[in-house]
Amino acid sequence: MAESENIVAETAEKIFADLADAQTINSDKNGSWKAPLWQALSDAGLPLAWVPEDCNGSGASLAEGFSVLSAAGRFAVAVPLAETMLAGWLLAQARIASPDGEMTVAPASPKDRIALNADGTLSGRARGVPFAKAAKHIAVLASGSNGFSIALVEAGACRIEAGLGLGGDNSDTVTLANVKPVAIKPAPKGFDQTSLMLMGGVARSLQIAGALESMLEISVRYSNERVAFEKKISKFQAVQHNLAKLAGESAAALAAATSAADAVANSTSFDDAFFLEAAAAKIRCSEAAEKGGAIAHQVHGAIGFTIEHILHRYSLRALAWRDDFGSESYWAVELGKLVADRGADELWPLVASR
Amino acid sequence: MTAALRFDPIRLPPECEKLRKEVRAFLADEIAAGTFDPHKPNREDTDAPEFSRRVGERGWLGMTWPKKYGGHERSFLERYVVTEEMRVANAPTRRFFVADRQSGPVLLKYAPEHIKMDILPRICRGEVCFAIGMSEPNSGSDLFAAKTKATKTDGGYLINGTKIWTSSAHIADYMIAIFRTSPPTKENRRHGLTQFLVKMKQPGIQVNPIGQITGQYEFNEVVFTDYFVPDDHVLGEIDGAWKQATSELAYERSGPERFLETYYVLTELVRAVGKNPDTRSAEGIGRLVAQLHTMRRMSVSVAGMLQAGKEPVVEASIVKDIGTVWEQQLPHRVRDLAAFVEENATNRETLENQLSFAIKTAPKLTIQGGTTEVLRGIIARGLGLR
Repeated sequence: MAESENIVAETAEKIFADLADAQTINSDKNGSWKAPLWQALSDAGLPLAWVPEDCNGSGASLAEGFSVLSAAGRFAVAVPLAETMLAGWLLAQARIASPDGEMTVAPASPKDRIALNADGTLSGRARGVPFAKAAKHIAVLASGSNGFSIALVEAGACRIEAGLGLGGDNSDTVTLANVKPVAIKPAPKGFDQTSLMLMGGVARSLQIAGALESMLEISVRYSNERVAFEKKISKFQAVQHNLAKLAGESAAALAAATSAADAVANSTSFDDAFFLEAAAAKIRCSEAAEKGGAIAHQVHGAIGFTIEHILHRYSLRALAWRDDFGSESYWAVELGKLVADRGADELWPLVASR
Repeated sequence: MTAALRFDPIRLPPECEKLRKEVRAFLADEIAAGTFDPHKPNREDTDAPEFSRRVGERGWLGMTWPKKYGGHERSFLERYVVTEEMRVANAPTRRFFVADRQSGPVLLKYAPEHIKMDILPRICRGEVCFAIGMSEPNSGSDLFAAKTKATKTDGGYLINGTKIWTSSAHIADYMIAIFRTSPPTKENRRHGLTQFLVKMKQPGIQVNPIGQITGQYEFNEVVFTDYFVPDDHVLGEIDGAWKQATSELAYERSGPERFLETYYVLTELVRAVGKNPDTRSAEGIGRLVAQLHTMRRMSVSVAGMLQAGKEPVVEASIVKDIGTVWEQQLPHRVRDLAAFVEENATNRETLENQLSFAIKTAPKLTIQGGTTEVLRGIIARGLGLR
């Protein structure tokens, strides 16, 4: 998306352009860019974009928040913006007010479970939780004997083992051992772990699509600058065709992710068509991250493989984001089961339902 | 800065869903009446003229054209829905599809009024079949290498030369063709081609069928020997067909027919796998459905842009590139997964027959209507690389 679609996205774009320039960040070895960026994002109310005003948030629409995530993907932003937005959104489902500061959500994998104990404490383990080490609070979805609950937990009350994701961002293991939540309320009717995973998956899809847009842009620019065999490499047909394929992967990711985001923003229930949109976006965007990222690196040659170059900021994060909130393999199995269960003659009506 | 790609999440409006139900009901009746078998994509060259007329009667031809020419002034998105449903049902659309998608719009833009008044209403009634005369021996996707000559004579032109790979020429009533009216110039190798409306089944035209590896006879060699075309059958600008022909190709790039050609094998796989698939089958089907859904979202998005009067040339080329590569790979992926289907699956024979035909069909899908290589060149141009 070239032009920003709303004032919220424009604000985000401007902050990223001013304070999250990939080149500046890449050469800054001590992370001194992080605090001013987070401060500016917080001042603009973006981390709590999806939280209603009466729950301490800025009350932006789902669509506005999604366009912030697209922009965050285009800048490969490495602060817990998406995570805090998701956490605020999750808490808001149960009308729990969001605290200030960085947050993340647990579980971040469909296979992990956090249980609500009879005494009101929480226990369980969640792996691959993005930015847990950096978070002050964690929004938790827990299952108990009466269904799902949503809780706000202090990160300090959990055991957090730091892990590192492919993109160099924290991807941590969070263990809750009889942790007493700050606040806990029942999840709304019908809201379950799949709901959280689909929402997280759509967020990651938008980020991947954004990163691919940037990879396409910097690859095209590089091919028009780099001279080899006495001409710009953009003049070689093999390079042109590779870039055309990268454009295709970027376009597919963009179409799948924005369609799913639109479906979430305008949906009143988690029906099969909604499931198709969200699961398909995560599957297709993850595939695009693999194919598109490989082409971007191929076009850049050895220089793109260096730590000094910015390409890895996008390519490795896009690859890392595949794993959060259910990988493409996980969602493919789930989607395949749903299609099989509906039966062959219902496949086309499902695909053509929107 | 790269020209940003746009694929807005266009949704089909409610009138499309109503129309979709009508089309499905119509097709179900046709299947029940034995007009065609949806499980047999390799039907014996039937072009079903009666079926075409009935589609015309329902108002599903020339849907977006002005009423004065027999059209229905409906939206591109409504037409999109009809195309989807016809394709998915394996309906025999050969007789009308080219006229409806491509030739009619060209006539609307470039033909003189009396020809529009004569031919367009007949297309809308499903009475006429069109072929497209672009490729020639040794030209193919290189449109501007065409040599077939149109020489000026009294009241018209004499045509001499050969067109090839011309789908449906053996049943067509008309062909829209490009012929060379003057040599290319040094500055512009695209110069010198003119677009003509050609009446088939006239002296001076010989149509020779060319067999395909699928066993079908669909395309032809068309030989012109002193064939006369009157002046009022010139379409558009003399020597300027290249602009017209390239915009005509935009119509044939992004439609649902560009990713649904082998769709039937996926349905049959789901049928064979049954309600409780193993993990491998479930994952394979899930991925294919995710890819199909994404293709369709891209294609609907482009239809929305066409409806809004935009010219999404790069986006349309991307849809055709990804779509045709996908529909080409689909039968092979389905074959991989079908290896694990139970021996006693009730539709096993149908699945095997369909796979065999789809695998034979697959190689042509990335060739017809502009090869993958040509499309990637267009995309590269759009990216600012050429």
